[in-house]
Amino acid sequence: MKKFTGFFIKECLHLIRDYRTMMILIGMPVIQIILFGFAIRNELNSVNIGILDKSKDEITTELTSKILSSEYFILKEYFTDERQIDTSFKKGHIKEVIIFESGFAEKLKKEGRAEVQIITDASEPNMANLALSYTTSIIQNYSMTLSKGKDQPLIISPEIKMLYNEELKSVFMFVPGIMATLLMLISAMMTSITITKEKEFGTMEVLLASPLKPYQIIFGKVAPYLLLSLVNLALILWISTSVFGMPVRGSYLLLIAECSLFITTALSLGILISTVTSSMQVAMMISLVGLMMPTVLLSGFIFPIENMPWPLQWISHILPAKWFVIIIKNIMLKGTGFSYVYKETAVLVLMTVFLLGLSIKKFKTRL
Amino acid sequence: MNSIEIKNIYKSYKDAKALENISFEVKKGEIFGLIGPDGAGKTTLFRILTTLLLKDSGSASVEGFDVEKDYKAIRNIIGYMPGRFSLYQDLTVEENLKFFATIFDTSIEDNYELIKDIYVQIEPFRKRKAGQLSGGMKQKLALCCALIHQPKVLFLDEPTTGVDPVSRHEFWEMLKKLKDKGITIMVSTPYMDEASLCDRIALIQSGRIMRIDTLDNIVSAFPGNLYAVKSGNMIALNFDLKDFSGISSSYIFGEYIHISLKKDNDENMIMEFLKMKGHSDIEISKLQPGIEDCFMELMNNPENR
Amino acid sequence: MNEDIIITEDLTKKFGSFIACDKISFSVKKGEIFGFLGANGAGKTTAIRMLCGLILPTSGKATIGGFDIYKDTEKIKLNIGYMSQKFSLYEDLTVKENIQFYGGIYRLSPKDIKERSKQLIGELGLESSENSLIKSLPLGWRQKLAFSIAIQHEPKIVFLDEPTSGVDPVTRRQFWDLIYKAAGRGISVFVTTHYMDEAEYCGRVSMMVAGKIEAMGTPKELKSRFNSGSMYEVFLHLARGAK
Repeated sequence: MKKFTGFFIKECLHLIRDYRTMMILIGMPVIQIILFGFAIRNELNSVNIGILDKSKDEITTELTSKILSSEYFILKEYFTDERQIDTSFKKGHIKEVIIFESGFAEKLKKEGRAEVQIITDASEPNMANLALSYTTSIIQNYSMTLSKGKDQPLIISPEIKMLYNEELKSVFMFVPGIMATLLMLISAMMTSITITKEKEFGTMEVLLASPLKPYQIIFGKVAPYLLLSLVNLALILWISTSVFGMPVRGSYLLLIAECSLFITTALSLGILISTVTSSMQVAMMISLVGLMMPTVLLSGFIFPIENMPWPLQWISHILPAKWFVIIIKNIMLKGTGFSYVYKETAVLVLMTVFLLGLSIKKFKTRL
Repeated sequence: MNSIEIKNIYKSYKDAKALENISFEVKKGEIFGLIGPDGAGKTTLFRILTTLLLKDSGSASVEGFDVEKDYKAIRNIIGYMPGRFSLYQDLTVEENLKFFATIFDTSIEDNYELIKDIYVQIEPFRKRKAGQLSGGMKQKLALCCALIHQPKVLFLDEPTTGVDPVSRHEFWEMLKKLKDKGITIMVSTPYMDEASLCDRIALIQSGRIMRIDTLDNIVSAFPGNLYAVKSGNMIALNFDLKDFSGISSSYIFGEYIHISLKKDNDENMIMEFLKMKGHSDIEISKLQPGIEDCFMELMNNPENR
Repeated sequence: MNEDIIITEDLTKKFGSFIACDKISFSVKKGEIFGFLGANGAGKTTAIRMLCGLILPTSGKATIGGFDIYKDTEKIKLNIGYMSQKFSLYEDLTVKENIQFYGGIYRLSPKDIKERSKQLIGELGLESSENSLIKSLPLGWRQKLAFSIAIQHEPKIVFLDEPTSGVDPVTRRQFWDLIYKAAGRGISVFVTTHYMDEAEYCGRVSMMVAGKIEAMGTPKELKSRFNSGSMYEVFLHLARGAK
């Protein structure tokens, strides 16, 4: 234990002395999550839309001007024929089309409900989703003002149609995705670098010639990064909930436990990388290309896994990040308990045990 | 009683032979010097003895423990200072020392007696980062770190390389004190003049040991006659002597040139030759060979090629 | 032959409050072998870096080959050669490739490079290994090659920073033969070393202690001034005196 504490203190000193790296490690998640967050939110500034008004009565005119005066939308094209819509979408002139059915005001008065169809270009899923929710909320607001003082509410029911990506699955993925990416980056890359650093600077030679056992060296080196990753986790969670309103519907305790598990998996990967490389540069390249890229691209964070060809889908199964993202989404968005994520958790546990065992075994006790 | 025993060790890397048939013993409490240039195989031998590298064949033991079977036991009783400065540059003197104490489950206080003489010299800088120390200071700190667990055997791989003569001198003073405390010391160096500070030395070149003995014995075994020559124009003298067929070797040595004469030649012949070449102020005197003369003689010996 | 290649006057370099070089003044003549000795940390490296135009002095004057070290650093770099124990050649390039690369740096024409590399390889007896990687050569050969490359553009002066550290005694002397030849051609040599016997091979020697040049002269003068039998004793005397 004393050896471990000694090692731990030494490792913390390295971290503190190298304050630039430390700042990057702590600053990066903050910046990245804010960038991602605002990039997704701020998109909705003057979205080009088209309108096809088959009714042209006082209600549709009023609703149209409500929508256009909201500063979110710009009327790019005013259609007269449904056939024009498709080409305009394809040319990318517009991102959303609002279609009022014919006899809109009359229907609303007689039947108490009328339909408006909203079509969005969901090839940019985040934007489409936001544009859609803005439009519907404007419409709903308007129908509420209309209904005031009437016994029976007047309902304008939006019929929504997403083009090109109908399920809009990746929209809420960004926070879990960034969490997976950042924790992977910090934990795996930094541990692999810190161990290869000892090799490169020749200090490993002295450590090896001492009675330290491989697991003592490994745990001593890794523990401070586990702590650092937990600090990062807290930062990411805090920003995503407070700034972006990301919900945490499930238990915080479970969330943190699962995150710690994932961090451990990533740390083990980092150790494994460091046991098979001897220079910091190589370790960094392997971590970046071998871990970061697949995590970003294949964990379902940017591109939906279901749409990938089967070899990539298969690869995604061996990525810890994929399972982690599922777990996090369940806990944060759906609010499910452990009984819903135990399978994924088990996969991560198995991966961790395997990786740790392998790296301790692979750790060379000689040069 | 022997502290280190090495028998017929061979080691080769992919395409190069690093060690060829190395055998020798180091007695307990002895300062044993491994003397040879870079690339002679000194570091390889050190790594085998410190259990960091596996040999191809042969056997070796440290304090009775086999370097391969009992490597864990050896790691507890040796102190090792690799050729490269291998302390943490971003940690202070004190932090480095503390760290090495903890990994051996001990403390600075418990071992202060042993390192005191050395540590007092660097203590004024204990808050300074190791990377900012001068060469000589770094070596002292590294020695302290290697001693912190009271090792029985100390392996020092080129501790004085790149260190100025004054610091080197101080370093050897410290080694002598450690020897008095009963620690066996195996040290390598490319500086031939340090041979006189070892009890016994092995001259190593290209992975082979050319000779193992005490300095006196090696020097007295020098074959042939050695002369020191000097003249008014040393640069010309150096080139002229190389053209003279009566000598088997000629090397500049400080302000003199050391030549060894072939049989049936004497000083007068050289004198004649040099005068003919137009040299003035010629001095020729018979010379006791030094270790460097011996080393070069052995290097040129076809047996050691 | 009496042209001064290096002239320094009160050259000083401070790092914050630390004075690495304190008013050093000396000159090196054309074709002279000048030994620049001193303990670790005495300020040798700083001085060499200033003279090579790598760092600017805090105060004082210096010219290298007639060029001012404040203004003409680029011209200085074309007129000097540099070689050190730590960095000399690219290990993963072959002998030939290293010669060509350094020739290119000093703006030699392809024809010159070709001629010189042939001559250089011949002089060093490296014909059989001209296509081998540097890392496969013994250290001594590498250092000899590095030296020859450092002077292939016929600089006015070559700076050698511990060029023979760790080299075997025979090769060390061969290295000095190369130095003598270069000096004979009129190239000044500025060399640092920890081998005190090598100090004797220099025409003149300066001894630096704690940022100052404490003594300078021919080895003979220094030995008689400090009443010492060897340069080693001179060194001990001066460096100890500082402590």
